Amino acid sequence: MNLTWMAWTLPTAIFFITILVLLCGMAIWEYASPGGNPRVGVLRFETTRGDRLFLSLLGSAFIHLAWLGLVGPNLWWALALSVVYAIGVFRYV
Amino acid sequence: MARLEESTADGRTLMRQTPASAEAQIANATLARKMRRRGEESRFWWLVPTIYIIFLMLPIYWLVNMSFKTNQEILGAFSLWPRNPTIANYMVIFTDPSWYKGYINSIIYVVMNTVISVAVALPAAYAFSRYRFLGDKHLFFWLLTNRMAPPAVFALPFFQLYSAFGLIDTHIAVALAHCLFNVPLAVWILEGFMSGVPKEIDETAYIDGYSFPRFFLRIFMPLIASGVGVACFFCFMFSWVELLIARTLTTTAAKPIAAIMTRTVSASGLDWGVLAAAGVLTILPGALVIWFVRNYIAKGFALGRV
Amino acid sequence: MERTWNNKAWFMVLPVLLLVAFSAIIPLMTVVNYSVQDTFGNNVFFWAGSEWFEEILHSDRFWEAMARNLAFSAIILIIEIPLGIFIALNMPKKGWGVPVCLVLMALPLLIPWNVVGTIWQVFGRVDIGLLGYTLRALGFNYNYVNDPFDAWITVIVMDVWHWTSLVVLLCYAGLVSIPDAYYQAAKIDGASRWAIFRYIQLPKMNRVLLIAVLLRFMDSFMIYTEPFVVTGGGPGNTTTFLSIDLVKLAIGEFNLGEAAAMSIVYFLIIMLLSWVFYTVMTAYDAEQ
Repeated sequence: MNLTWMAWTLPTAIFFITILVLLCGMAIWEYASPGGNPRVGVLRFETTRGDRLFLSLLGSAFIHLAWLGLVGPNLWWALALSVVYAIGVFRYV
Repeated sequence: MARLEESTADGRTLMRQTPASAEAQIANATLARKMRRRGEESRFWWLVPTIYIIFLMLPIYWLVNMSFKTNQEILGAFSLWPRNPTIANYMVIFTDPSWYKGYINSIIYVVMNTVISVAVALPAAYAFSRYRFLGDKHLFFWLLTNRMAPPAVFALPFFQLYSAFGLIDTHIAVALAHCLFNVPLAVWILEGFMSGVPKEIDETAYIDGYSFPRFFLRIFMPLIASGVGVACFFCFMFSWVELLIARTLTTTAAKPIAAIMTRTVSASGLDWGVLAAAGVLTILPGALVIWFVRNYIAKGFALGRV
Repeated sequence: MERTWNNKAWFMVLPVLLLVAFSAIIPLMTVVNYSVQDTFGNNVFFWAGSEWFEEILHSDRFWEAMARNLAFSAIILIIEIPLGIFIALNMPKKGWGVPVCLVLMALPLLIPWNVVGTIWQVFGRVDIGLLGYTLRALGFNYNYVNDPFDAWITVIVMDVWHWTSLVVLLCYAGLVSIPDAYYQAAKIDGASRWAIFRYIQLPKMNRVLLIAVLLRFMDSFMIYTEPFVVTGGGPGNTTTFLSIDLVKLAIGEFNLGEAAAMSIVYFLIIMLLSWVFYTVMTAYDAEQ
């Protein structure tokens, strides 16, 4: 099967592998301690660690877009900001 | 088909019950009259639904009206009803292969899609409604995002994907592509219906020695028959109405009626009468079964959540 | 319902997973790949980094389409939700009127979307359409082909015609679930019509109304077929909503990189909205 039409590049491959590793990690974590550590955080409804991961990833995507649109093309700062945001989400949401 | 017969049976039961509740109705009528006298309920309550329904029916009437006119009459004289009713427009569609092939193509991929969607959705919906498993909530949510995803986002990659598999302009390509939003839809609707069936039924059946496949087919399926009917109906509907993906993935051999109609619209020298007739014929499948799904339309559109 | 923990249920979900992954994940990966590259065709790609995203985020065309789409969604929500509630409150509660109303009101929902477009395209034409002809006869200078304002009115009225029934049916489903005892109690208390609506009917409709608002917002946010058939995005670009713009970019101009970047921004917004939808839904289910 010819896959050239998908136009894979190293960075995007690394990106998707990272996501996959994160998902597998979450599955193993869930398997090791089931229940997903539900708690009611600043959003005032119950979230599990899966929800927190989703919020982190989605929020990071928007942070990157906002950085591109408002600041400039240097995305390393956006990445750093996203990590801070993700830690915040896992800590408080 | 089973769904249709069952619904007819429902309808009949309803009618048979009506005389029995006649006394209650008289009582209600007296109560209503009292209420009306006290000014609690307007005597013109029927006005709102009537006006709304007239508003809904006018454009449809206009299409039907046009489909029975000749082009000369449509373009020449403005008339509220056909002066010389003709079925010539319908004859064009039924005799010209480039028109009726469109219907056949649409029906082929729509039926394929409905069968695939409901068949894979049944066990999944059962799993979601009865068991908790690793990542179930997130999986359920991920399915929802696919139902909500704009087809426009997928049109281009679908074209590339199905080109790579050599499936462009085949019915199965459109049927598989429509699974993107129809499988999640079917799973959500069926899960809604299955959650309404008490779990004790499953447990009793297992105690009675039913195997899972036998329980599912013999006991569970009849209980959610209406749910399956509704899921089929909505898969059929959403595949039938979809234009963007179907048009992108087909060129000639599997071109759906929707795409043929749009092409005629954009061409010059329109045949309005035939266009109207084609439109009327695409409304018919929905209009024919609407009676049987009338109580479930809200539930189906709301993904089984009402 | 208390559900038992059973990881073997994964096998029942597997077919759905594989099928939807094939039609969702592979295309999405492709879109992500395209969004960071440039191409001149023949599957030859060049690394472009975040250029396309910058271009999209700084493109007036994108933000204008976004603004138009948000305005459209807001307008139809403002019209359809109150109108739907109002009609649902006036629906007959029993008797032969119920099925008749349900069937007739549901009819527009079941019409193929491109036919909805065709119906309104014909209906609004000034030479052969009832609406256009009548408006002209009444002295209005109505022409949805050339006048942006008329085009907007036509598209909005069409959407109201098409989808208000969904709000009506959902609200009606919420209303009929209210037991008669509630109304009788209200009558004994001498509650006004408004009080009944505010304290009995509205709370019961809360959940269905939320579903209705979210569904209507989502579907209007990705609307394509109906306005495309009626106006083709015109006159000019005045009714070019996000989906229409995206298709123009992707299929019309075959501008893979920019279309892919736009798809991703679009999809992220949809993800966020879907999450809100899902959270609201599960929160309500947990309450019951």
